Amino acid sequence: MLEIRDLHATIEGKEILRGIDLTVKAGEVHAIMGPNGSGKSTLSAVLAGNPAYTVTGGSATLCGKDLLAMSPENRAHEGLFLSFQYPVEIPGVSMVNFMRTALNEKRKYHGLEPLSASDFLKLMREKRAVVQMDNKLASRAVNEGFSGGEKKKNEIFQMAMLEPRLSILDETDSGLDIDALRVVAGGVNALKTRENATIVITHYQRLLDYIKPDHVHVLYKGRIVMSGGPELALELEEKGYDWIKEIVDNPENKQ
Amino acid sequence: MNALQQYIDLYDANRDTLERLSAPETAAKRAEARKEIEAMRLARKGEEDYEATDLNAIFAPDYGVNVNRVKWDGGQRFLCEVPNLSTNVFYLINDTFVRGATVREQEGVQVESFTEAHENERNTALGRYYGSVANMKNATTALNTMLAQDGVVIHVGEGVQVNRPIQIVNVLNAMMPMMAVRRVLVVAEPGSSVKVLVCDHTQNRDEKYLVSEVVEIVAREGATVDYYHMEESSEQTSRVSDLYVRQEAGSNVLVDGITLTNGITRNNYFMDVVGERAETRLMGMTIASGRQHVDTYTRIEHKAPRCKSDEMFKYVLNDHAVGAFAGKILVEPGCPRVEAYQGNKNICGSKEAKMHTKPQLEIYTDDVKCSHGATVGQLDEEALFYMQTRGIPREQARRLLMQAFVADVTDGVRLDVLRDRLHHLVERRFVGGEAMCRECSKFNG
Repeated sequence: MLEIRDLHATIEGKEILRGIDLTVKAGEVHAIMGPNGSGKSTLSAVLAGNPAYTVTGGSATLCGKDLLAMSPENRAHEGLFLSFQYPVEIPGVSMVNFMRTALNEKRKYHGLEPLSASDFLKLMREKRAVVQMDNKLASRAVNEGFSGGEKKKNEIFQMAMLEPRLSILDETDSGLDIDALRVVAGGVNALKTRENATIVITHYQRLLDYIKPDHVHVLYKGRIVMSGGPELALELEEKGYDWIKEIVDNPENKQ
Repeated sequence: MNALQQYIDLYDANRDTLERLSAPETAAKRAEARKEIEAMRLARKGEEDYEATDLNAIFAPDYGVNVNRVKWDGGQRFLCEVPNLSTNVFYLINDTFVRGATVREQEGVQVESFTEAHENERNTALGRYYGSVANMKNATTALNTMLAQDGVVIHVGEGVQVNRPIQIVNVLNAMMPMMAVRRVLVVAEPGSSVKVLVCDHTQNRDEKYLVSEVVEIVAREGATVDYYHMEESSEQTSRVSDLYVRQEAGSNVLVDGITLTNGITRNNYFMDVVGERAETRLMGMTIASGRQHVDTYTRIEHKAPRCKSDEMFKYVLNDHAVGAFAGKILVEPGCPRVEAYQGNKNICGSKEAKMHTKPQLEIYTDDVKCSHGATVGQLDEEALFYMQTRGIPREQARRLLMQAFVADVTDGVRLDVLRDRLHHLVERRFVGGEAMCRECSKFNG
């Protein structure tokens, strides 16, 4: 589904991604872990098309289509979804208006008629339940005055509405208490099918207790330096990242 | 060259006709204006409070003035779409008053031309208040007063609550460059309330028009007046408006100036708050693109204790549009417990768009709460990207953000039909089309 080959990217002339290779297949959950500043969030931003970053080399395709050549909105229409680490507040734009516009733009892209008002509201109701989101939140402006937990629930709600093929969850656990974490993770699991895939970007292993990854990758200095199964996450939790840094930075000391 | 001179010459050459075809109540003020204007000139660009607008240049071209009160043929009567038939509609065709076909009369409410009001002894507003709020030391007001022959007077009797909003549809339509001299007087007697909606329309849009406009609003004790002006003229239309309000004790006045389509506009608002516990809301919104030019000057003078004023103007400027705002709040000595807030927030959506802003407070009483603030910025890039990642195309995301930006002004409208209509017109305006009502579009192909 997602094929990333030798991806390089810079921000303000500074190289952050230095050759990422990653393959994600339908039905899989991948976790990307790594110490602060390793490039995890940059990878998600580059895939989503954040104009602050410049791709300097390599390729990324989603279901065979060149992601990097598409506008952010077309990437979304092709089935990419990014759950933001810091969801943006948009005062004055109601959740309903926001979601209806997003959904109908996607439908338009795929040659479908816009949803009727009643069908849309029905869908909102249905998907709200996935993350136990309050009706009051849905009638407010996008993320405005939402608590940290509410913002993250709102991200997963949007994901439920848009039904992406590939979701990237960027530090979705940050700022969540254990109850909110359970709800958010529950939402993600409920949305999982054999046709879609998820990339979970996280600093800690905690989230992976709730969202079980099939593959775990360690990102360090802009490269994936180690990949493994779920057990790798546990090992990282126990030993930290220092032993990986040691291996990468001083390869001759490798035991 | 002093652009006023040609108007003085016009007046002097047509003095007899002007007097003969005007309501006698206007004569004394006209004479006063003629005297004052002798020594006056119009501001040039760069002078104080005219940082962005050349007033003299606006009045310099040769426009026709309908001194002989030639009747407009009335062939293109239309219903403005805004009211959805829930207002009483009157027209000012260029500057000639025409009563709408479906006006429902209400006891204690008169909406008349000056000449009608002169004949109607129950409408005393004109004789008592004409020219009493306007400042004759202001050159554009003196010019208007010198040339105004007719206009609209709205008189609301003591304690009368006007049940249907009064709508005045300004229509510009001429076959040559034309100057309309508009004059409006609103008098709300003690304890009365009225909502007035004025909207501008331009037909025959390739022609050049100039509008000189003076509005006087008297809100007597405990009266409530809402006055909305919605400008949807044309690129070739210049408009210079002086709006004066006098508020007595306990009165509540809302003035809202909205510009969606225009050429060059200068709006001056003078709010004179003379009675205790009066409340004032002054707000406005401009959405401009192309080479639209919208300049607002406001002056709120608090002359009594315990009054509240709340002012907010918002501009969204795209392409080469130019906006200006200069606002002054003055609290005179001996006015404790006054609360006065002023805000001017602007978005420049292109590199070429320009906004000039100058907020000012002048306070001579201690125990008051006042604030002012002005911002000029761009649309939030992070919000744009966030919306794009949800599949909303960038242009549409921009529109949603611009609409959201002006939402507090559109939501502040206290006239339900207008508020709903405005949301729709604003949306249409941002889509890039003319924000014209359907009926107007019909006439302009």
